[in-house]
Amino acid sequence: MIGWDTAMMLLWIAFKSVLLLVILLVTLAMLIYVDRKVWAAVQMRRGPNVVGPFGLLQSFADLLKFVLKEVVLPDATNKALFIAAPLITTILALSTWAVVPVADGWVVADINVGILYLFAISSLMVYGTIIGGWASNSKYPFLAALREAAQMVSYEVSIGFVIITVLLAAGSLNLTEIVHAQQSGLGTMIGLPNSFLDWYWLPLFPMFIIFFVSALAETQRPPFDLIEAESELVAGHMVEYSSTPYLLFMLGEYVAITLMCAMATVLFMGGWLPPVDIAPFNWIPGVVWFALKALAVFFMFALVKAFVPRYRFDQLMRLGWKVFLPISLFYVVLVAGVLVAFDLAP
Amino acid sequence: MRVGQAIKSLFLKEFVEAVALSMRYFFAPKATIDYPFEKGFISPRFRGEHALRRYPNGEERCIACKLCEAACPAQAIHIEAGPRREDGSRRTTRYDIDMTKCIYCGFCQEACPVDAIVEGPNFEFATETREELFYTKEKLLANGERWERELAANIRADAPWR
Repeated sequence: MIGWDTAMMLLWIAFKSVLLLVILLVTLAMLIYVDRKVWAAVQMRRGPNVVGPFGLLQSFADLLKFVLKEVVLPDATNKALFIAAPLITTILALSTWAVVPVADGWVVADINVGILYLFAISSLMVYGTIIGGWASNSKYPFLAALREAAQMVSYEVSIGFVIITVLLAAGSLNLTEIVHAQQSGLGTMIGLPNSFLDWYWLPLFPMFIIFFVSALAETQRPPFDLIEAESELVAGHMVEYSSTPYLLFMLGEYVAITLMCAMATVLFMGGWLPPVDIAPFNWIPGVVWFALKALAVFFMFALVKAFVPRYRFDQLMRLGWKVFLPISLFYVVLVAGVLVAFDLAP
Repeated sequence: MRVGQAIKSLFLKEFVEAVALSMRYFFAPKATIDYPFEKGFISPRFRGEHALRRYPNGEERCIACKLCEAACPAQAIHIEAGPRREDGSRRTTRYDIDMTKCIYCGFCQEACPVDAIVEGPNFEFATETREELFYTKEKLLANGERWERELAANIRADAPWR
């Protein structure tokens, strides 16, 4: 028998989760639209502009199209796993958002190992890919899944070290605490008010770039989408998928992208903090700043898609293991050394 | 040299340049148009859907000389001529164009001594079935009626060069 208080608390958490989910999914539909529009604009095209005003409802039309199509289950597939794989991807991707603080205290689960949770769950997302590729029982999805798993695992290593540098600087695994720790930094040291100079992108600068590029690779965005390669290889591990399962894979992928944007915002760009903590800027609620910053990162994601040519697989692996890993490892040591030497460790 | 290259790539020199370039194109005027709502410019010589024209008094122009049939490299045109009339001219009883064979070369229009068969500015005549693309005389004459104003204007515009 659970008490009244516990029941109310569970209801409250469920309400918060549903609210976050609804907002997240609607935002996602808009982000896919933004993605396509930015891509089109850089190539001097117009992009989707027919469904709804300025084509704003394009993603919803696509959603409807996916849902109404027939679910094709090829004969040779392992049916249960074939259906489970996209669900795993989507559910894991959505569950990561539980610990992301969109404003001060606006978080579903304010746990003290938030970043560890994020890292663990996003590592598990490899399973969705590899199960999907294996359950398809076809050589191309299987090979693609193997390569994709290799890619995700490789870049998780450097992302891990990037996160460790942030942890060293912030002294906490709690994402809310990490944002709070960015209220003072380089800017306040030289006597300026709290501003964007305090955020970790500046003192940990090369890490910010490594995080951004690794995030692109981790989420299989161009220029690291060589396995999916929409135009040539159809869709990598999703070759055999159609209709709603395919939609779920795509959804999981895009949620992972929004999560990377949110992580870049929280870890390096001060989360919900206003860029300058003076009158007109700190009147705007934190959630707006968070959204704007995440959108700016997403804009970069979309822009990169338009102008960077695709990597080769060996170049991808070289970048991950021979460039990013040594640099991030070196930086972990450097940051730890500086923090100890100057007694800055929190 | 290698160190310089490493520093360049570490600080994403070319990446930043590419961002600047793509932002320039981001705000550049669009190269594409709002197609179904906005049509691009079409030359008077554009070779689109075929039409058979009439004289202003309603008489068919085509005199069944079959020059177009002979000129057609894809052999898409099939003509059957009727008997000679009292004024000494003939008219067609059948004039079929297989639009699935047609290569839109415009030789029929070039061959025609009376400007009867012409290729108009229309390019939006996709159909749901193959059969609908086997154009008959009625279809071609109907096209001629519908597009006469544009067809006449195009022929007039191109006349100085013929």
